[in-house]
Amino acid sequence: MENIQQYFVEIFGAEWGAMLFSLASNMTFIFAIVIPLLLGVAYLTFAERKIIAYMQIRVGPNRVTFFGIPWLRGWGQPIADAVKAIMKEIVIPTGANKLLFVLAPVLTIMPALAAWAVIPFSPELVLADINAGLLYILAMTSMGIYGIIIAGWASNSKYAFLGAMRSAAQVVSYELAMGFALVCVLMMSQSLNLGDIVNGQQGSSFLNWYLIPLFPMFLVYLISGVAETNRAPFDVAEGESEIVAGFHVDYSGMAFTVFFLAEYSNMILVATLTSIMFLGGWLPPVDMAPFTLIPGIVWLLLKIAFILFFFLWFRATFPRYRYDQIMRLGWKIFIPITLVWIVLLGSIMQLPESIRNTFPLNIWF
Amino acid sequence: MSFQDILFYIFSAILVVSALGVITVRNPVNSALLLVLAFVTCAGLWLLLEAEFLAIALVLVYVGAVMVLFLFVVMMLDINLDRLREGFWKWFPFGAVVALIMVAEMSMVLMGKYFGLEEMPVPRSQDADYSNTRELGRLIYTEYVYAFELAAVLLLVAMVAAIALTLRHREDKKSPNPSKQVKVRKEDRLRIVTMPAEKRE
Repeated sequence: MENIQQYFVEIFGAEWGAMLFSLASNMTFIFAIVIPLLLGVAYLTFAERKIIAYMQIRVGPNRVTFFGIPWLRGWGQPIADAVKAIMKEIVIPTGANKLLFVLAPVLTIMPALAAWAVIPFSPELVLADINAGLLYILAMTSMGIYGIIIAGWASNSKYAFLGAMRSAAQVVSYELAMGFALVCVLMMSQSLNLGDIVNGQQGSSFLNWYLIPLFPMFLVYLISGVAETNRAPFDVAEGESEIVAGFHVDYSGMAFTVFFLAEYSNMILVATLTSIMFLGGWLPPVDMAPFTLIPGIVWLLLKIAFILFFFLWFRATFPRYRYDQIMRLGWKIFIPITLVWIVLLGSIMQLPESIRNTFPLNIWF
Repeated sequence: MSFQDILFYIFSAILVVSALGVITVRNPVNSALLLVLAFVTCAGLWLLLEAEFLAIALVLVYVGAVMVLFLFVVMMLDINLDRLREGFWKWFPFGAVVALIMVAEMSMVLMGKYFGLEEMPVPRSQDADYSNTRELGRLIYTEYVYAFELAAVLLLVAMVAAIALTLRHREDKKSPNPSKQVKVRKEDRLRIVTMPAEKRE
């Protein structure tokens, strides 16, 4: 690493060399995050089809394989889907605003990928270890809505527009509940840095994870996360039985695939954030010999997979919510619960030390 | 010229062009989107000033919430551009006077004796683990707590007023009451009748 930096400094001079070196090393890191993420997205679609198929007593994709290896049947499916999507024509409807129509998928995938910059994968492995990490995540995820609104408007189609309107209202409402749930997390950890949040959950076992003291917030965050990513049972923005496919009716080929990629990488992002903030990130469930031997990133990936399984499970189990019921759940149930919990947590934090220690089961502090 | 200077000029150029675009573009949706671009580049400039909390809060509040609702409304309205442009020259003198007053005020503030490079030294740069958010939180809840609470009460009043002004109870409104729906029991609704089977003729 230092040799390469030296090399850069020799070629470009002291100031520019260091600058270009950090640029190059960051670019490498970004690729090291994004490429596995996109592969993860591809295989998440495969997992989704397989898991839902088994839940519904079907088989799911079982044809495409690699080089005719029989036990890999179905595993080539996401690759085949990607190739198909690339080969298809992108149709731009007449009357569409061409610039915005093309820009919309880009605006959707940009925040979905940019939010990964502050995610810590292990104590050392983080691209940008910034103090305001949680705020950055909130800001980035709140920008994802633009792609959807612009797609709905630029398509010049009523169905797309209705889908975009539904999606915008839904995401803005659930963002509040999500933000308040995160406020509880940062009150517990007293830091906005995601690495510090995980370190705050360190202890002898999983009893120290924020899952236990903040259990209602965990549920609120998980359900709001499902709503925020427009997944079933909150997928009225797509609502194929009512408005065809919602905001991306008029998209085809790669433009549609980019929306698809953004949706699934947002799913993985929400699962990652849930495991970092409530399930102890890279920490093993019990701080003992067989568990601590497994590297932290494996634990993180296991937790992400566990939360992602919930997403797929929800989709296979629940019927779609009605629109007014979604709004009722967000505004009248989740936001009051989170507000009460913030006040409760704040009052416990303000209690004097002596009273706090007399609590029989003090799980908070 | 250092890397940061170059970034500053790029951001400023984008900011000025997009801000001009907001008032010159014909399509209101494009104009709202250019305003979003202006906010994002402004956040970039603030990041260069090491004001990361303000930058992120700008993106979070204005880009993530306010402009989304703004765009929402602009897209749904059927705006007639000809009618909007009708009274331009009629109102131009009035607008020009307001603009001149604003320019005068701003120059009085910025060129007065309190601001300027001589009076305001460059803030010293902080070390890496300095948390902007923590400092800001400490200040607004200790030194400026009354001003902060006052602003919060003002916002609350505005919110209550907005809801009170737009809320209306319609007589013909029909909507389900979820708590009543949940309370329904099988015994109240369903009567199972047992009948002896009858022979077919």
